[in-house]
Amino acid sequence: MGDTILKMKEIDKSFPGVHALDHVNFEVRKGEVHALMGENGAGKSTLMKVLTGIYTKDSGSIMFEGKEVEFHNTREAQDAGIVIVHQELNMLGHLTVAQNIFIGREFKKGIRIDDKKMNEEAAKLFGKLHIDIDPAETMSNLTVGKQQMCEIAKAISHEAKVIIFDEPSAALTETEIEELFKIIRDLRKQQLGIVYISHRMDEIKVITDRVTVMRDGGYVGTLITNDCTKDDIINMMVGRVIYEDPKTESTVPKGAPVVLKVENLNAGRMVQDVSFELRKGEILGFSGLMGAGRTETARAIFGADPKTGGDIYINGQKVEINSPEDAVKCGIGYLSEDRKRFGIVVQKSVAENSTMAALENFVKGLFIDKKTENKVAQDYVESLATKTPGVDQLVVNLSGGNQQKVVIAKWLIRNCDILIFDEPTRGIDVGAKNEIYKLMNRLAEEGKSIIMISSEMTEILRMSDRIVVMCEGRKTGEIDISEASQEIIMNMATREI
Amino acid sequence: MNKTVVKTPEEKKRSFFSRPGSQKFIVLLVVVFLFIFFSIFSENFRKYTTILSIMDYSYYIVLMAIGVTFPLITGGVDLSIGTGLICYSLAGGYLVVHCGWPTWAGMIVSVLFGILIGMLNGVLVSIMSLPPFLATLCTCMITRGLGSICSKSFGISWPTSGSEGSWFRDIFKITIGDTKYPLGFVWVLLLVLLMAFVLNHTKIGRYTIAIGSNKEATILSGINVRFYHIMAYVISGLFAGLASIAYSAVFSTVQPGTGAGFELEAIGGAIIGGVSASGGSGSVGGSLLGVFVICLLKTGLPYIGLQANWQQIITGLVLIGAVMVDILKKKKAATV
Repeated sequence: MGDTILKMKEIDKSFPGVHALDHVNFEVRKGEVHALMGENGAGKSTLMKVLTGIYTKDSGSIMFEGKEVEFHNTREAQDAGIVIVHQELNMLGHLTVAQNIFIGREFKKGIRIDDKKMNEEAAKLFGKLHIDIDPAETMSNLTVGKQQMCEIAKAISHEAKVIIFDEPSAALTETEIEELFKIIRDLRKQQLGIVYISHRMDEIKVITDRVTVMRDGGYVGTLITNDCTKDDIINMMVGRVIYEDPKTESTVPKGAPVVLKVENLNAGRMVQDVSFELRKGEILGFSGLMGAGRTETARAIFGADPKTGGDIYINGQKVEINSPEDAVKCGIGYLSEDRKRFGIVVQKSVAENSTMAALENFVKGLFIDKKTENKVAQDYVESLATKTPGVDQLVVNLSGGNQQKVVIAKWLIRNCDILIFDEPTRGIDVGAKNEIYKLMNRLAEEGKSIIMISSEMTEILRMSDRIVVMCEGRKTGEIDISEASQEIIMNMATREI
Repeated sequence: MNKTVVKTPEEKKRSFFSRPGSQKFIVLLVVVFLFIFFSIFSENFRKYTTILSIMDYSYYIVLMAIGVTFPLITGGVDLSIGTGLICYSLAGGYLVVHCGWPTWAGMIVSVLFGILIGMLNGVLVSIMSLPPFLATLCTCMITRGLGSICSKSFGISWPTSGSEGSWFRDIFKITIGDTKYPLGFVWVLLLVLLMAFVLNHTKIGRYTIAIGSNKEATILSGINVRFYHIMAYVISGLFAGLASIAYSAVFSTVQPGTGAGFELEAIGGAIIGGVSASGGSGSVGGSLLGVFVICLLKTGLPYIGLQANWQQIITGLVLIGAVMVDILKKKKAATV
């Protein structure tokens, strides 16, 4: 490890209602891979966004190569040599691979963009990284994994001095991760500073030199990776938050009836011959890498995407589900991973959102019975402990966790017995997460059946009675919680088919 | 293990429809088909004068379509070009006819006026974050009113053939000996080539596509998205200005209060020509061909006994077809 190249000191940042960063310290040395860890919502991404100029800090200082810097946009950060490989892919699907890599700094002949030279340069870059991708291919034709590789190539092409990898492995297969690590070790040898954000404890041990842990927007501490154990890191990450006890065995009573049976479900490339059963009172976890086809499976069951084959049985009866309307009639509720787009109408009140799926129960003659609507919504606000000043509050003003509760109320009011939770705690802060977990457990105890899609291994292991693992559109494993471990699930999720 | 990335079958076999340029080819076939169809069924359609009049009617729409292709590719729209065209023509024409300005100066005023309104659209959309539909609907109303004010609510006749200062009419239709030639087609074609170059081989074009493809990602790539977003609307305004010159040259009188609906023919043409209704892709050449589909229908249908109302219905149906092709292509891309 060499000299310190980047030092962030006492960084503070607040958003309306959230103290996102509370005097955080962070530093990177030349030739080191420095892990930045923490639960979802701990502030890792916010810190990196402050560093690269996407957000402006409220106070604190950033020293880069011995000088104090403040970037106002990603371009300035890039030019200085700090590049971020984003967690969400920032790809321009309509442009080619080379056009994406060199966006913003195209080679030109006069005013003409020199696409030929860009293709050649991109090919050279891929050659250096031992990646085989055609630079002239249109981006949207590539798999998620290859798009990620392009993103990395783009970052490296900036002659970066510090590269930030924001959960780079989320979408990659095991072999691709190995490729990635080879690249990272190579960059380390070239004396670059590397920030590696990841949830995967195993990767941290393999690839990083030091670990900095954040929790609830605060700085917890920095450790040398080789000197600490996984448990040390986990303790620092979890801190005061006491989670629901992880399940060690299924809580579903023996002989509980099967409420949902899916047989050979097919829907495009992402859902191929998926079969499984869901029992009354069960939480069935769906695990897998990004792009494994879990959400697509849920959407196909829910009738949001067309099926090309397969049967669905509810309580032993075969049903035809061709639209979300059909699914809701069968008692299935779907809580989307993207609440803001598919789950709630943010500019409407809590009451209006709560009754949206069951509005016909609240209509008297031609009019909506506001009084009953408010009363029922209020009942659910109380029973789910939703924090809101009142049922007439606009949903946009609630926090993520409370928005999620409104969505849950919506499906409960509709009398749904089967609830599909797609990433139930995404974007929800640490404290509220546990409340959602408690609520899910309570619903299961009351006899609701839950499918929980989650990319967080800890969440899968904490909540599920049984786990279905998917990879590239196929079910690659099914395992009872009593036998499950992170390793077994990862193996199934990256199984070569 | 040395993992070589082999192209998956899905990447190798791409259907004809998803290949770039396929829609242009199909639209070209449609243009040829319509031309042959009308020629077979109507003797009068086969005449040279018909071609001349199709050309006359097409210039201003093609020019608008070239320009509006840019905002469309960013995922927006420009509804102000139709009424704008009339407004720019009236403003320039008033100076020429009533203030004694030379014709060339009036023409420049028309174009500058177009660029100005384009810039206003761009600022409203890019900086004030108005939805493009709304922003340009407002400027559509504004230009309609401005046009009437500029001309004091009277029609304006730019210098007619033979009179002094009428040389600009020859730009579009030149008479050599006894024959008239649709010279304007040459200019239109050159402009199509120029703007196709701009779209495919310059930064403005590249970033126009990038904004339509994923605006957020384009911002994160460190590109001055505001500027390039405004530029798309400036190009649209510039070409509405050029279209106003074509309109002034082809028609004898420009009436205030008209022009609403022209933009729909240009936008329709662009979409028939393969501009994605949701942004991100499209071509200038395609827009040209798309406009010819509309112009052929407009001119040809009366020759086989169908009146203007039918022409509009059929154009609408063709447009639905074109948008369906776009949606099907996308669906296919999503499942592959």
